[in-house]
Amino acid sequence: MFRFTTIKDYHNALLNGTTTCVDAVRFYTQSIKDQQHLNAFLEVFEEEALAQALALDNQRNGSIQGKLHGVVVALKDVICYKGHKVSAASRILDNFTSIYNATAVEKLLAEGAIIIGRNNCDEFAMGSSNENSAFGAVKNAADETKVPGGSSGGSAVAVQANMCMVSLGSDTGGSVRQPADFCGVVGLKPGYGRISRYGLIAYASSFDQIGIFGNNIEDVALTLEVIAGADEYDSTVSTDAVPEFSELLKTEDKKYRFCYFRQAFENASLDVEIRTQIEVFMKTLTDAEHSVEIVDFELLDFIVPVYYVLTTAEASSNLSRYDGVRFGYRNTANSADLSDMYTNTRSEAFGKEVKRRIMLGNFVLSAGYFDAYFTKAQQVRQLLINQTDQLFNNYDFIILPTSPTTAFSFGAHKDPVEMFLADIYTVYANLVGIPAISLPLFRHQNNMPFSLQLLASRDSEVSLLCVSQNLLHQKRDR
Amino acid sequence: MNSNLEFEAVIGLEIHVQLSTESKLFCGDRTLFGEPANTQVSSISLAHPGTLPRTNNKAVELAVRMGLACHSSISEKNFFARKNYFYPDLPKGYQVSQHTIPICNGGTVRIMVNGIEKEVILNRIHLEEDAGKSIHDVDETFSLIDLNRAGTALIEIVTEPCIHTSEEACAYVTTVRKLVRWLNVSDGDMEKGNLRCDANISVRRKGEKQLGTKVEVKNLNSIRNLRKAIDFEISRMSSMLENDEKIIQQTRSFDAVTDTTFALRDKEEANDYRYFPDPDIAPFVLSGKYINDISISMPELPEQLQSRLQQDHGLSLYDAHQITEDKDIARFFLDVNDIVSNPKSVANWINGPVKQQLNDRGCSIEDLKLSPSDLAALILLVEDGKVSFSSASSQVLPKVINSGNPPIEIIQQYDLLKVSDEAELINWINIALNKMPEKVIEYRKGKRGLIGLFVGEVKKLSKGKADPKLVNEILERKLNE
Repeated sequence: MFRFTTIKDYHNALLNGTTTCVDAVRFYTQSIKDQQHLNAFLEVFEEEALAQALALDNQRNGSIQGKLHGVVVALKDVICYKGHKVSAASRILDNFTSIYNATAVEKLLAEGAIIIGRNNCDEFAMGSSNENSAFGAVKNAADETKVPGGSSGGSAVAVQANMCMVSLGSDTGGSVRQPADFCGVVGLKPGYGRISRYGLIAYASSFDQIGIFGNNIEDVALTLEVIAGADEYDSTVSTDAVPEFSELLKTEDKKYRFCYFRQAFENASLDVEIRTQIEVFMKTLTDAEHSVEIVDFELLDFIVPVYYVLTTAEASSNLSRYDGVRFGYRNTANSADLSDMYTNTRSEAFGKEVKRRIMLGNFVLSAGYFDAYFTKAQQVRQLLINQTDQLFNNYDFIILPTSPTTAFSFGAHKDPVEMFLADIYTVYANLVGIPAISLPLFRHQNNMPFSLQLLASRDSEVSLLCVSQNLLHQKRDR
Repeated sequence: MNSNLEFEAVIGLEIHVQLSTESKLFCGDRTLFGEPANTQVSSISLAHPGTLPRTNNKAVELAVRMGLACHSSISEKNFFARKNYFYPDLPKGYQVSQHTIPICNGGTVRIMVNGIEKEVILNRIHLEEDAGKSIHDVDETFSLIDLNRAGTALIEIVTEPCIHTSEEACAYVTTVRKLVRWLNVSDGDMEKGNLRCDANISVRRKGEKQLGTKVEVKNLNSIRNLRKAIDFEISRMSSMLENDEKIIQQTRSFDAVTDTTFALRDKEEANDYRYFPDPDIAPFVLSGKYINDISISMPELPEQLQSRLQQDHGLSLYDAHQITEDKDIARFFLDVNDIVSNPKSVANWINGPVKQQLNDRGCSIEDLKLSPSDLAALILLVEDGKVSFSSASSQVLPKVINSGNPPIEIIQQYDLLKVSDEAELINWINIALNKMPEKVIEYRKGKRGLIGLFVGEVKKLSKGKADPKLVNEILERKLNE
């Protein structure tokens, strides 16, 4: 029986001949079938994955060919894979097939990864519960009455419930870290520009970043190493050389300087037990002679409004291309003229949350409101960036909860603003473009997992992954 | 009542120039003209989900070139903005353009109107991408969309409202067209749509300080149409003002069949474009060194060359302006003059017979089979009295061009050497005079102007070879005997 722990162990097993890529693919496709009710996948590329696995097994000659040789990967359905459908979990992309590979996918394939299927998510990555998919909600495998988080809910559950080895999501305001938190897996959002966005369906361009779900830091680091780096197709991506993240992982006994925000931990929305457990954990850090200091963060109350002003503005424009003219859904039945066609197409095929954000975005960009909303929000964003830079002069990492609560029940948040406010701890990293990771260190007495969120300065993924490795090992050892 | 005396027009022009880059502004798709519809479109031009723009450095360089040539100041920090509106030939649902900060600020363009030089003041030059084309007249039911042009690099050159007549406007557009060609910034071909013009026109009573309500006339795709549209608008708005009618702010279009304009939409219906900085394109910085390097690589500008031709070569403003209308002609002039060292004569040859040949053949100096050395040889033959100007320009020049043979060979082959031999000239003169004895009598009675007729006849008989100066002398002598 196939059993997965880490990519390294899997590669060793391949070398020992105790397993094959075909075994792995068979295991995962069966696992997906067995757990179809979780609704984590919109499509499984079973035959293709098997054929690819067979080819990898045959060509191997007793060695491992690529860094991700035979690694079974699932893609959030906002990442383009040539010749395959991509829908952003929206009806507006009805029957749309991508004619090119996202840069990240190109890099995965070049290192021998096997793409097993596309994951359900919130429509256009807009949501915190995966309830906004046009193809139904995803269920949390830890408790099927609970949401898996969003927007990359399907990708989180795919790793949580053993339906792939690693998965790619996208994180615009917490869409990788929060579902990782709700599902008890590792979720990394690299710094903005670390991974090319080419082929990632845009929600809010200056916030979007592909993120990685995995069972452990080694796998996440290795996957990051493969998909990160300069790309001539994305002018916003970092041109810095990509560190060998997987090689640089050390469990050395370095003393770090942590800080946490007073306003974050005193926030009324934060679940008391989450707060307590994290505070206890911080005590173990000081016991281990790391420094942990409390700092004031006066701007906390502004970050959710600023985030929603800026992301909806960008989204309203990014989603204009879905107009029924060139691809995807088009209403022809009762459209008398062009204007009707636009209105009917977009009204029918976009979901409620997407329409809400398009309307909000158009509002904040419109003449007469632009300065009061968009310009002001940009100023606050710049202020946040400056303050954060200063903070990292004194500290290595910021500690935050990932979410104020553990996974909630379906339909729990009826008020959209209430749902927005639950993003309070995750949107910060996207606003300032820094890397952040959600580490599944805790279990709530309600039996749901929850995470510690660590944030590092821009370009500090190496130290972020190292300390994460350290903390997860300590937990295992305890 | 002559309304031109009472009213004054204030005009600002926006010229869209398609840059001569091989690929589009934000992707590698080609920019060839006249290709089959939708063959120059990749997933990026089609705005497929997940695609991103990347800036064409050549387009940035060409915009800077144009800015430097127009004495604009070049922005150090640049970014693109999105102009949001829905139209089927706009694949992304927004046009990537520049908004608050253009790549080139201000500037001037020197023009010549009725022999007088003027300066047109620029507001800005900015970079943007073109839309595709909507075709409404091919299919009965559907509008067709061709996205070959979508994403092509443009610069938009915007003047201040400082133009007052259609002559000035046409001179300005002609000058801009010359400049973009001179700098290899664009083909500047209005017929192919790679230079397009919109005019903002208002009219006010003379002496008034405040601008009148403006109308914008779109898609003026030739110099002729620009002139007709402006003249029509000035007279339309002047008579409205005369009749105390209220002018409304409108976007209008020119109808080249009737030479009139018609309203497309009122200002109230205008879009709110919701401009904001494009987050998909990293801002770019143009360093002093970058700008300086471009500046150094630029050719001598037409206005600089014009001044040099006036000062160093003693050409008149008119001749110097004519010679600098086209870079290749200017180059040709300089090459010929290097050999001939007679600027006035070379300018006369080029502005006269050579341009005549270009017009007749509908080609450019580059395509004309005439080397500077051949023209120089021909001019020198005329100066040396070997061939008459009239034979040289009307016979030798076209034959040189047609055959590619040197002028002296043509002259020999066709026996066009100027005849100065008195006996031969007298022979032709006698034949001529014998042909029209009445005229000779009239001349002798005092109608001295008839001498031209006799000279002309001799020229004809000699097929242009007769030395006109000698013919004149001999004729006068003979007739006054």
